[in-house]
Amino acid sequence: MSLMLIIFPVVMAAVTFSVPSNRWRPWLLPLGAMGHLVLVLWVILRAAPGDPGTALGGWLALDALGKLVTVFLSVLFFLCSLYAPGYLALRSDRPNRVFCANIFIVQAMMTLVTLSHHLGLMWVAMEATTLASAPLLYFNHNSRSLEATWKYLLIGSVGIALALFGSFFLAYASLKAGLQSELLFDQLVKDAPRLSTPWLHAAFVLLFVGYGTKMGLAPMHTWKPDAYGEAPGIVGTLLAGGVTSCAFLAILRIYQICRAGADAEFAREIMIFMGLLSMAVAAVFMVRQRDIKRMLAYSSVEHMGILVLGIGVGGVAAYGALLHLINNGLTKGVLFLSAGNIHRAYGSKITDDVQGAIQRVPLSGSLFLAGFLAITGSPPFGPFVSEFTILNGAIGSGQYLAGGVFLLLLGIVFIGMGATVLAVVQGTPSDQGKANSFRDSVATGLPILLFMAIVLLLGLYIPPPLESLLRDAAAFLEVKR
Amino acid sequence: MAPFLDPLLIVALALNFVALGVSRIRGVINAVALQGILLGILALFVHSEIGIRGILLVGGTICLKGFVIPRFLVHALREANIQHEVTPVVNYMNSILLGAVGTGLAMVFSSTLPLADTHKGLLLVPASLATVWTGFLMLTTRKKAIMQVLGYLLLENGIFLFGLLLLEAMPLLVEVGVLLDLFTGVFVMGIIIHHISREFASISTEHLTELKE
Repeated sequence: MSLMLIIFPVVMAAVTFSVPSNRWRPWLLPLGAMGHLVLVLWVILRAAPGDPGTALGGWLALDALGKLVTVFLSVLFFLCSLYAPGYLALRSDRPNRVFCANIFIVQAMMTLVTLSHHLGLMWVAMEATTLASAPLLYFNHNSRSLEATWKYLLIGSVGIALALFGSFFLAYASLKAGLQSELLFDQLVKDAPRLSTPWLHAAFVLLFVGYGTKMGLAPMHTWKPDAYGEAPGIVGTLLAGGVTSCAFLAILRIYQICRAGADAEFAREIMIFMGLLSMAVAAVFMVRQRDIKRMLAYSSVEHMGILVLGIGVGGVAAYGALLHLINNGLTKGVLFLSAGNIHRAYGSKITDDVQGAIQRVPLSGSLFLAGFLAITGSPPFGPFVSEFTILNGAIGSGQYLAGGVFLLLLGIVFIGMGATVLAVVQGTPSDQGKANSFRDSVATGLPILLFMAIVLLLGLYIPPPLESLLRDAAAFLEVKR
Repeated sequence: MAPFLDPLLIVALALNFVALGVSRIRGVINAVALQGILLGILALFVHSEIGIRGILLVGGTICLKGFVIPRFLVHALREANIQHEVTPVVNYMNSILLGAVGTGLAMVFSSTLPLADTHKGLLLVPASLATVWTGFLMLTTRKKAIMQVLGYLLLENGIFLFGLLLLEAMPLLVEVGVLLDLFTGVFVMGIIIHHISREFASISTEHLTELKE
């Protein structure tokens, strides 16, 4: 059954590709995304408790962690797809055949990553997301998007090649121990205490660097501001919320193997350090940032740092990190899509030209401001709860230094990002800004409003089904097997 | 282990230096293609018994790394209609020198690695590390986009060499997936190179400097 979750979007991609009308094709996106969401919920609700839903001889399985990320990805994809028809109608000058079909392929490959219980297959799927999303970045077909796509493709491919090297090292760790080196996740977790330690360590480092590149952790983040800066808002959301979450899941898989091998300390120290480093680098580049989309890219670097920091701290913070995965992805939806609307309204994304967004596009402007408050961890929004949980975990387990630096960096980011965001939303729009005919509409506003509503809801109340998914996933991650 | 293994690996290593040292892009493509063919043949020698699976893999590797991808790159080169010089940032002599230092370090480093007993003293691991190093060298010290693709291919070749140790353990589906990703990757990069050459009338990545802080 879980195989259907991957086949369905691939079929939708083929259907989308064969539709000749540039005008009607984008409507297949919400349709297909809704189908995918229904399918995901059906598979998960139908699965008996404790049934891993394996397929292909254990290569695919829907474990607690996979369930959480799959549901999240499907919801994110659905909300994004609602935005697509409105956006692509504004861009009717550009052919969107490849764009629409590739969005479905990216969704299929992301689902494959979450379901993969074979590290080789996971690698193939992860690289496929890079390749399938490259044409999405190049949607605007100008020299800037060309440069961004080239960097994204090359850095992403080289980074992920290192992850392949790391996967081979992991296989060698079991070969050295005289075990069957099949790279099956469940087998590796079971064998973990007997794996050859030096090879396991080397494998962790390479895999962390490789998938960390894909996730955009500093100092492997250099492609990110360029790629997110030039991508359409909807692609930015899918990359910042979806693909990075998949790469994070890949790192979690490796972490689980290290943990089962009583090597958690080694992995955790690296994760705490890299997490704080990413936050620090992002904070430096966010202060006085004039390009609003690049600012969002650095915000993504920061939040990727928060995710690995949470896992590194462990305990309650691991739960917080999983919750933050969802909060960050959904809030990025608010920010990227509203920034996309503002970009469209002004024909620029530099703060020198963009002022008074609340007057010019009231809905997008206020959502951009609210999204900023949410992502920087202001109550009552979702990220506040998850960031607070991570801090709580750090302090509770006596890791005061990590907790203190975390808090300090959050403060710097708040100030740095706030200066840019306030410059955008306040003031009066320039004459150039008024010239454009773009106005807020239901098609480009409602999806952002939905994103915002869920982010707000998650800050006030976590629905019991999500709560149980989160608890299961955190227990699955933290339990000693 | 078959007696042919080490000589073949030495040829593969020598090709790294050819790739670093020749000045015409066609020459580099040929060197990388030849190395791809060698890798396929090597797979035959690493393991004594080779089933239908192995034959398929060897065939696929030789076909893709030796012929399809190089053909495609030559085509991209002709299409882009550019000067056929490599234009390195670090000159050829220094590149070869750096390559030699890297290869030497790879030899020393591999002798300290805790390898399985059957793999001790094999040239396979140092050759793998040296090729990965050469790939990185080419990725960072060459200006033209097509040379960076070739660097990426060398990097993949190096990883493939290490993968030969695990040939029995790796399922065919994964190997095929890796090859398919490699092919699609180069294909997409080729398309982007085509667009770069059309946009800038050159495929030098020196033009790609508009996006920065």
